Amino acid sequence: MSKVSYPQMGSYGVPIYFLLSHILEDDIVEPPNITDATLELGSKYSPDFVCTPFKYTLGTMIESLEQGADVLIQMGGGCRYGYYHELQEKILKDLGYSFVLINLVNGGNKISISQLMKAYPLTIQKRHCLKYLYLTKKMVFYMDKIDDYIRQNRCYEQTKGSFNRLKKEMLQEMKEVHSARKLRHIYHTYMSKMKKVPRKPMTKRIRVGLIGELYTLMEPKANEDIEQLLNDYGFEVKRYTNVTYLLFEKRKKVKRYLKHFFIKYRLGADALDNIHHTEELCKKGYDGIIHMKSSFCTPEIAAMPMIEELTQKYDVPVLFFSMDTTTSQTGFLTRIEAFCDMLEMRKS
Amino acid sequence: MKDCYLGIDIGSISTKAVVIDRQYHIISSCYIETKGNPIAAVQEAIQQIHMDGYRLRGIGTTGSARKLVGLLLNANVIKNEITAHAIGTLTFHPDVRTILEIGGQDSKVICIRNGLISDYAMNTLCAAGTGAFLSSQAKRLDVDVKAFGNVALTSKNPTNIAARCTVFAESDLVHKAQIGYPKEDIIAGLCKSVVLNYLNNVCKGKKLEPPIIFQGGVSKNKGVHRYFEEILKQPVFVDEHGHLMGALGVAILASREKEQKEYTLDLANLSFKTLGQECQDCSNRCELLRIYRNEELLDTLGSKCGKY
Repeated sequence: MSKVSYPQMGSYGVPIYFLLSHILEDDIVEPPNITDATLELGSKYSPDFVCTPFKYTLGTMIESLEQGADVLIQMGGGCRYGYYHELQEKILKDLGYSFVLINLVNGGNKISISQLMKAYPLTIQKRHCLKYLYLTKKMVFYMDKIDDYIRQNRCYEQTKGSFNRLKKEMLQEMKEVHSARKLRHIYHTYMSKMKKVPRKPMTKRIRVGLIGELYTLMEPKANEDIEQLLNDYGFEVKRYTNVTYLLFEKRKKVKRYLKHFFIKYRLGADALDNIHHTEELCKKGYDGIIHMKSSFCTPEIAAMPMIEELTQKYDVPVLFFSMDTTTSQTGFLTRIEAFCDMLEMRKS
Repeated sequence: MKDCYLGIDIGSISTKAVVIDRQYHIISSCYIETKGNPIAAVQEAIQQIHMDGYRLRGIGTTGSARKLVGLLLNANVIKNEITAHAIGTLTFHPDVRTILEIGGQDSKVICIRNGLISDYAMNTLCAAGTGAFLSSQAKRLDVDVKAFGNVALTSKNPTNIAARCTVFAESDLVHKAQIGYPKEDIIAGLCKSVVLNYLNNVCKGKKLEPPIIFQGGVSKNKGVHRYFEEILKQPVFVDEHGHLMGALGVAILASREKEQKEYTLDLANLSFKTLGQECQDCSNRCELLRIYRNEELLDTLGSKCGKY
């Protein structure tokens, strides 16, 4: 009997655990939450000039291995992150761990369950397996919808933390579902609960768009919880990038972007999507855009001049962040504060 | 008795304090080195300034130690330095369009349109081309950093020095010195490289529209000022209070605050203590900083979960 583990990203650990616990008969080691210690461990064994998601996931892998895991799951990406699982495997093997590493996502947006099956002959029925795959997909879909709602409404809550508490409760309940009906029911219950959360009166509405590299955007530890920060300032936040978008919508949309957009080629990873989203945010009248990437993220570096050009055309202020393991929180907060002050001044 | 307001800008290298009245006239100001101890620097600054005949009605803090000092002084305004600089400058020069600011460890550019901040940028990863770099090179060349600008002005033929990275600039400088360039040409080259670095790294993609004002500690360096004018091909204005603008801005913000109370500054008699500690309650292991005033716990900074 082996023990399976996976890296952390935001609250997506819940659906992954849900899926694995139903289709595998093995034990699952829930990876510990990402802390400063995780990052320290990850950076210690990583090349210095590798992007931060590598360091975060490597740190989590080591922590899971220490807890007894011997099968690790990694998700690739559409940039050089797609090769990272091989490098991570090598680093971890050099450290003396013995394990099997499975890369689940190939070429950025194709889930290859067959990879998992090959490495991992399943003993349970195919139908059962497909059912839980479907449920997981739905769960991610509902989670993303709820998150989207929270980002746009959390800034108006009267008692701080109401939305976060509701989301936590919802995730807890979602862990126990066995049918799509029950899942939908939970989603609708919590959506209506969230709609009833008492709100402050809206004095002026300021909306900020968040774009950038996927891991830095989706893992609060990697972006200093910027969504909460902006919400605390009273700003609504819009973020297009989430797992539903990346795995199920991106492929179709990119084809459309390539036809109707001024860029006729792909830039790797989500660079094209981000440029397109910049224009969409500008056209929708958002007050500001924040672009976040991990240091040394090549596709996003390629996208930055185009984002700057577009925002100048539409006269929307844009703020660029490059998050590294050693980014000082003080400097980050100073820039965010100044950006928020600026948006407020522009609006009044 | 008239009202007055105190603004303190606690930067990485220097601490600036300024006292203004309701009409924003400067009553008193001081400029001292922080020397890595913001609390001691603020205590010294408060002893140096005077406000006899005035009643202190508001305190504002800005700069990298704004939270800590704001807490100690019970300030009614704690603002980031970008907003503070813009507010200060706009009060004294309402028509300015671009603010260039080079400080001890950071450099920023603020673009102004219709009297409002419309865009800004700040150096992100690297401190090349800031005051700290200039003063360390001044030490290497054995020239007083205050005389640096005047020496640079005597040069007719500045050498080219790599502008990108502090370490490479330094090795370039050593190389130029070893092959026999005169000192003033090297110093002028350094000043020029600061300007080029700033324009290439901080101002990239920004439109620098006149009138331009140059501030921060480095604005006192005449060499850097000269090369800014030369390279931008337009006059760049330097205010004699340029180094105080952050403190002035935050003092002005304090005077605009609706809630005002009377302050007394008896900091010298108080003892402050800060205690660093790692929280063991969860795996986040936040680095907590507890601040005590006369053995009484004021606040705890640094927790991520909001427990303190």
